[in-house]
Amino acid sequence: MNPTLTNQPKKIGYMEFGLLSPKEVRGLSATKIITADTYDDDGFPIEMGLMDPRLGVIEPGLRCKTCGQKVGDCPGHFGHIDLAMPVIHVGCARTVRDILRSSCRGCGKVLFSERIREEYDRILASYLNEGKDASVLAKKVAKDASNVTVCPHCGREHGAIDVDKPTTFRENGHKMTPSEVREWLEKVPDEDLPLLGLNPAVCRPEWMVLTVLPVPPVTMRPSITLESGERSEDDLTHKLVDVIRINQRLQENRDAGAPQLIVEDLWELLQYHITTYFDNQTAGIPPARHRSGRPLKTISQRLKGKEGRFRSNLSGKRVNFSARTVISPDPNLSINEVGCPIQCARELTVPVRVTPANFAHCQELILRGNDPEAPAGKLYIPGVNYVRRADGRRVKVTDKNCEEVAKRLDVGSTVERQLNDGDVVLFNRQPTLHRMSMMAHTVRVMPGKTFRFNLPCCPPYNADFDGDEMNMHILQGEEARSEAEILMKVQENIRSPRFGGPIIGAIHDHISGNFLLTWNFFNADAKGAKLPIEDATQVLARVGFRGQAPPVFSEKDERGEVRKYVWGKDLFSTLLPDDLNLQFRAAACPPGMSEEEARKPENDYWVVIEDGQLVAGGIDEKSIASFKGVILDAISRKHGNARAREFLDKVTKIGNGFLTLRGFSTSIDDEDIPDSAREEIDEKAAETRRRVDALVASYADGTLQALPGRTMEETLEMEIMRETGQARDGAGEVVASQVGMTNSAVLMARCGARGSMLNLSQMAGMVGQQAVRGERIKRGYKNRTLPHFRWGDLGANAKGFVASSYKVGLTPTEYFFHSMGGREGLVDTAVRTSRSGYMQRRLINALEDLKVAADGSVRNTAGTLIQFQYGEDGIDPTRSAGGEGIDYDFVFTEVERRSKKGKKGGA
Amino acid sequence: MTDEDLRFNVLNHEIVPLHEILPEDEVAPLLETYDIVKEQLPKIKSSDPAVKVVGAKPGQVVRITRASPTAGRFTAYRLVVEAI
Ligand SMILES: [Mg+2]
Ligand SMILES: [Zn+2]
Ligand SMILES: [Zn+2]
Repeated sequence: MNPTLTNQPKKIGYMEFGLLSPKEVRGLSATKIITADTYDDDGFPIEMGLMDPRLGVIEPGLRCKTCGQKVGDCPGHFGHIDLAMPVIHVGCARTVRDILRSSCRGCGKVLFSERIREEYDRILASYLNEGKDASVLAKKVAKDASNVTVCPHCGREHGAIDVDKPTTFRENGHKMTPSEVREWLEKVPDEDLPLLGLNPAVCRPEWMVLTVLPVPPVTMRPSITLESGERSEDDLTHKLVDVIRINQRLQENRDAGAPQLIVEDLWELLQYHITTYFDNQTAGIPPARHRSGRPLKTISQRLKGKEGRFRSNLSGKRVNFSARTVISPDPNLSINEVGCPIQCARELTVPVRVTPANFAHCQELILRGNDPEAPAGKLYIPGVNYVRRADGRRVKVTDKNCEEVAKRLDVGSTVERQLNDGDVVLFNRQPTLHRMSMMAHTVRVMPGKTFRFNLPCCPPYNADFDGDEMNMHILQGEEARSEAEILMKVQENIRSPRFGGPIIGAIHDHISGNFLLTWNFFNADAKGAKLPIEDATQVLARVGFRGQAPPVFSEKDERGEVRKYVWGKDLFSTLLPDDLNLQFRAAACPPGMSEEEARKPENDYWVVIEDGQLVAGGIDEKSIASFKGVILDAISRKHGNARAREFLDKVTKIGNGFLTLRGFSTSIDDEDIPDSAREEIDEKAAETRRRVDALVASYADGTLQALPGRTMEETLEMEIMRETGQARDGAGEVVASQVGMTNSAVLMARCGARGSMLNLSQMAGMVGQQAVRGERIKRGYKNRTLPHFRWGDLGANAKGFVASSYKVGLTPTEYFFHSMGGREGLVDTAVRTSRSGYMQRRLINALEDLKVAADGSVRNTAGTLIQFQYGEDGIDPTRSAGGEGIDYDFVFTEVERRSKKGKKGGA
Repeated sequence: MTDEDLRFNVLNHEIVPLHEILPEDEVAPLLETYDIVKEQLPKIKSSDPAVKVVGAKPGQVVRITRASPTAGRFTAYRLVVEAI
């Protein structure tokens, strides 16, 4: 390869599309193909057969009979089949139809009078002048000309042209043979073709009816030898065999003067085979199948669609230096890290350029070989798989040759070192819907066979651990590595470009843990949980805490011994930056509680942070979770992503640590409610049924007052839905009154760790009305939903009202209705994902080449301006405060606070 | 332009932003600011109702001043091109 030539960016001047003329096809051909057989009994390709050696080489070691080159260098050469009778090309059927409709069968001219013709010529000239797409005009010409009934040139009547899909043409109902079509097309004069959108220099319409079929080179349809020694041919070869067989029979029959009917049948069969050879999914004809019943993959199928050449091999490619395996969680890793199995690390390499500075180090690496034994105290050290020498030769490093390779190493070579701790890699989960689906992590090589990462990274990847797999890509250049580190690291993605807040935050147990640690739990004298100093030390050790220890106090324990304790709030405060000042309502605060009430220490629902000390409030979803996390948001904005990452790493560890010491669990008896409450809910359900019956009765006797703009039926349904909705809400209130924060499920729901009060009330209280398409269940049997009910029953039970709770269990009819509602949800998601996937694809294809230029404008690769200023305000949303350039509230409070303190002010 | 065409002036509608022809002497400085040639500007068809109202001809540049949810007020420019 000549680097000076191939590396030059080239600009495409113009492209021209045309059809191959029969002459060109024969000119391109290396040989005529006449036999359908491929190999003889000895396994040698038959001359003038489909595997003729002149069509190229596929067997290593052999040379091409046409160009004399070996496998890989010989591009392959076309052959041709002379067709006994012409056949229409499916891909051109539409154009042929348009031409037949707009030209005269007698004289071939387009059916325009001189006057109209001149008008069209003028429009066409202006189109070509301005470089506009002439095919737009061609469509109009075809439409206008096909309305003409008599040729203005020779006076011949122009019949109606119909098409029997895909390739049969009829004139006034009489079938035309491809030969007749071809004769007609031959008559169309060159000067009329531009009007029809064709360039006569490269495309004569009669070429759309094939008289000779090009046979693609064997390199395009190689035969595979199976293990059993059996040869298996490519689908295209199979199809070409069919074409040749029928072509031969057709020729023999025709030459022998067989009856017209037989010849026509064979002709149509030839047309079928050639049509499916081009496109095996042509509408109107059955697809050609393999003996096994599998449809053949012919030319169109090779190119089209997701698995076709374009999308599967040109827009996207398989890559080296990548790994894929199952994922699992590891709460001890930083969010920036990814755990990589040793087996992967041994296979994946990072290129290291050998320089005088690192020469000795590289030699030492090579001496380790490709599977070094780790020294004591270590589980893994990287070895070297290959050394790439300056002349481009690659040497595989093994235990046997490593000394030799190390000795002969020279500066300028590249050592392909195995993956090591700290290497930057890209980590990705499909579907890659947003930029957080592909982030840079630093590697930690560890035992085991899964990729591991910390749990705050689950939401951005939308990953869980029920068998999900993810991909890892090892960066191969310095530039790529630093770019990934600066732009793609997990910590750089904590803040979302979507809403200018944190999208990565603490989840599940982190939130429960921190809430239990910091919340007073109705004890006005507490400052969060009371930890014995030993426990507090353990928790702090988890986060690797160094610095001023939190305040310790002494108290007598239940046995009367004096012990040292640490408050949970003080423990949490060790994670906060000293200059942090925040006040906000906690997520656990019941809605409607006044600020004054929430601030009371026994409630502890108002978070107050002064100079990095948590003074009051329980830390929950509102403080540290994604989307809502106020503390996380403040730290990342004020102290940057690195500090936010550190905070997140520690806050998750402190949460897990405390929860491990304290113990936390939820079980089925968290959904237990007293019998009295159960009876209350059952009574509410009975009351609802009575009310629904009353509504139905008033509907039946016509006394129901219709709502404005609604029919009686609609009014009835709306009123009933309201009743059943109230029943579920009422049950929810009963459940809520029976369970408190000592209930783990309630605690998790209130602090935002997992689940909701609705989930809980459905589990313990009442599931509620089931709906399909927003309406009560109404379909099923004749005039009723299930055979358990009477015809026309409009009552609550017959239409999907589920009064049971999940804990109590559903009745059979309730269960059925619940399944109907559940099915709708599943179908909806399935439909939504496929539709939004296609939308996403189109959007990305349209936007993929846009970037923000140095001046803040948005441009595409052609340099065209798309937007004069990014987002019109030029603000990077990831660095914004909820989309705003400046957070005035923050600035004002900061100024106020600093001036109060008498420090140097200003923000 | 016929009376028929102007019977309804789209520019008077509240959601149609202000369109005006950019004076000839302001075109060159605009292109210089962004270091582009005219054809690299966003395009607008001469058949666009707003372009018809201001009477811009192909080759001229229109300035569009509109309310922006992010920036308050934003100015964009478009090159008028022949309608196909
Ligand atoms: Mg999963
Ligand atoms: Zn060759
Ligand atoms: Zn004629």
